[in-house]
Amino acid sequence: MSVDEAALDRAFTALGDPVRRALIARLSRGEATVNELAEPFQITKQAISRHLQVLEAAGLITRSRDGQRRPCHLNPSALEDLTSWIDDYRLASERRFRRIDAVLETVKEQDR
Amino acid sequence: MSTHPTIITAPAGTPFVSVTRDFDATPAQLFRVQTDPDLVAQWLGPRDMEIVLDEYDVRPGGRYRYIHKGQDGVEYAFRGVFHTVEPDTLVIQTFEWEGAPGQVSLESAVYEKTETGVRLHMNSVFPSVEARDAMVASGMEHGINDAMDRLTELLADGKS
Repeated sequence: MSVDEAALDRAFTALGDPVRRALIARLSRGEATVNELAEPFQITKQAISRHLQVLEAAGLITRSRDGQRRPCHLNPSALEDLTSWIDDYRLASERRFRRIDAVLETVKEQDR
Repeated sequence: MSTHPTIITAPAGTPFVSVTRDFDATPAQLFRVQTDPDLVAQWLGPRDMEIVLDEYDVRPGGRYRYIHKGQDGVEYAFRGVFHTVEPDTLVIQTFEWEGAPGQVSLESAVYEKTETGVRLHMNSVFPSVEARDAMVASGMEHGINDAMDRLTELLADGKS
């Protein structure tokens, strides 16, 4: 697939942290503010904010303004990019080509 | 036997997919494996499914149709027509999954002789970007659910 490698690096690096994965999991159930996101954690609100900045820089979340609230939202299309990168199409193609390799070996054996 | 890399290009926002792959064989050998029905039956389709070749008549105007039968009894049928057939060189054909009738794509396969073997260039043009994305996303066989399941696993340890 032609995807932005740098963006993928940022996304996977961002997801390589258990707190940030928990934040993504929470946001998959709906938008939330920093205060709401910080609630279940034993770490400071400032630390949560830093994690959110990493997720935002990776394009995995966005933040909007709603009066005094600044809720965070999951960016579903960024997650779709990750899953398409996992890429069943490639796996299926490669399996098929390896089967062709195997059939070619028998054909070449017959041609000798 | 080394495994050659598969190069897949599916630019965002286009209805195109191109796939390039080298094989350790002559163009004639690869062409034969891809056009002889007995040989085609040995590699076409997922390994965990039975394949039935209804017809596979590789000549200009010839038709093909094959069915994948899953272990759960579900059948997936595909059909099309060979438009251009130049032995060991070029095949142009249509492709349609009968589960999405009318969504016909145009496929070409070019056999390029290289110093060490043959390079296969496959190009597909789908009727729409959406059809292309659906086909690529489904992996033709397992569906996006697989990918979503894996993402869910990736995220699962974050839910506490």
